[in-house]
Amino acid sequence: MIDKTVPDLATAVAGISDGATVMIGGFGRAGQPVELIDALIAHGASDLTVVNNNAGNGDTGLAALLAAGQVRKMICSFPRQSDSWVFDRLYREGKVELELVPQGNLAERIRAAGAGIGGFFTPTGFGTQLAEGKETRRIGDRDYVLEHPIHADAALISARAADRWGNLVYRETARNFGPIMAAAATTTIVQVDEIVELGTLDPETVVTPGLYVDRVVSVGERRWLREGAFVGGVDIEGRALAEEGAAQ
Amino acid sequence: MTTRISRTDLAARVASDIPEGAVVNLGIGAPTLVADYLPAGLEIVLHTENGMLGMGPAPERGRVDPDLINAGKQPVTALAGAAYFHHADSFAMMRGGHLDVCVLGAFQVSAGGDLANWSTGEPGAIPAVGGAMDLAIGAKDVYVMTDLLTKAGEPKLVAACTYPLTGVGCVSRVYTDHGVFDVTAEGLRVRELFGDNTHAEIEALLGLTLIEQDA
Repeated sequence: MIDKTVPDLATAVAGISDGATVMIGGFGRAGQPVELIDALIAHGASDLTVVNNNAGNGDTGLAALLAAGQVRKMICSFPRQSDSWVFDRLYREGKVELELVPQGNLAERIRAAGAGIGGFFTPTGFGTQLAEGKETRRIGDRDYVLEHPIHADAALISARAADRWGNLVYRETARNFGPIMAAAATTTIVQVDEIVELGTLDPETVVTPGLYVDRVVSVGERRWLREGAFVGGVDIEGRALAEEGAAQ
Repeated sequence: MTTRISRTDLAARVASDIPEGAVVNLGIGAPTLVADYLPAGLEIVLHTENGMLGMGPAPERGRVDPDLINAGKQPVTALAGAAYFHHADSFAMMRGGHLDVCVLGAFQVSAGGDLANWSTGEPGAIPAVGGAMDLAIGAKDVYVMTDLLTKAGEPKLVAACTYPLTGVGCVSRVYTDHGVFDVTAEGLRVRELFGDNTHAEIEALLGLTLIEQDA
């Protein structure tokens, strides 16, 4: 029997070693696997290279991993945001390296890794600082820059639901980097709202087939979702509106 | 004194050039205002690079869904006909030339259509590029929406960009508070001047030679 489900978050992140390259899904807070990141903080692996679109928001999730001093290098497209104070401080103190990659090149480099591509020529970034020192080629009437795949030892992503084979369905724009990171990592670890019986997911709607997935852990439904349907009454961070009012 | 139109009038001016059926990406900042002026009766499909076509307006307060956001990480809605996709597909749509129009802000645009909008090159600043470089080269028409001059009065339409480039020769049209300019093989051509602005006045403000509107 194939069973990729694991009983708890600690088991899900077990074996991630010091110095590993870890992809973390999510765009801002949407799709960010916060519970898996918290488990990685507790696990304690350090000297990590982290691949994410951003470099943490507020003090939770990826920002907390950075604050814990476990990240040596960030590979991302957009570190600087209004709420990226943790990364900003570490970067200014010289405590974290940054490889800045245009967002589409980041996505395609991740996709290329999962698809077995050794490199690709992209028009994005040609003639800019971010292509300095890189091989270029004119193909037809357009100029391109050679970019290489980004492989990872582990990927931490979130999806709405999975079955025990690791088939995944996502929700709305929280899908973002999940499918391509799942394919690009040696060990793909997924947190989901619920694990459903094998055969429940419609094969026509499976976005990430289970062969890309190694471990699945259920973290329970979010309060603003009931059986996968939106019930509302929260702010963009998922806090109940009453709490938001109370905080002000 | 030259005529300047407001940011919202400029957004309406850009919106009036977007035809029904167009697939459009509106950059973060002022370009997002364009969405408010797209004619309600027309089907124009908005793309957001974090993974959706058919993006709708912001939700009511009680309907904010943290899984449904735009590239600026603000809550949005999905219109009938919307589709979700992953990031590599989203940027393939862009890079592959499947978007009709992209509207971006700018620090500078050169007479040859080079765009600088991601970095002022300020020492010590934390760099961030996001999708700017992909957007700059990724639509059939790349429109820039900007003031003609900086707050300090420096021209933003220049012979050559001094800020770090976002893309080379990628801009097709520049909508400014003074007028609209097309990037052509021969240089910047005046498409429209607002109010009483004259060709000579704008050339003097910019220190550039512009091709006449009717030439």
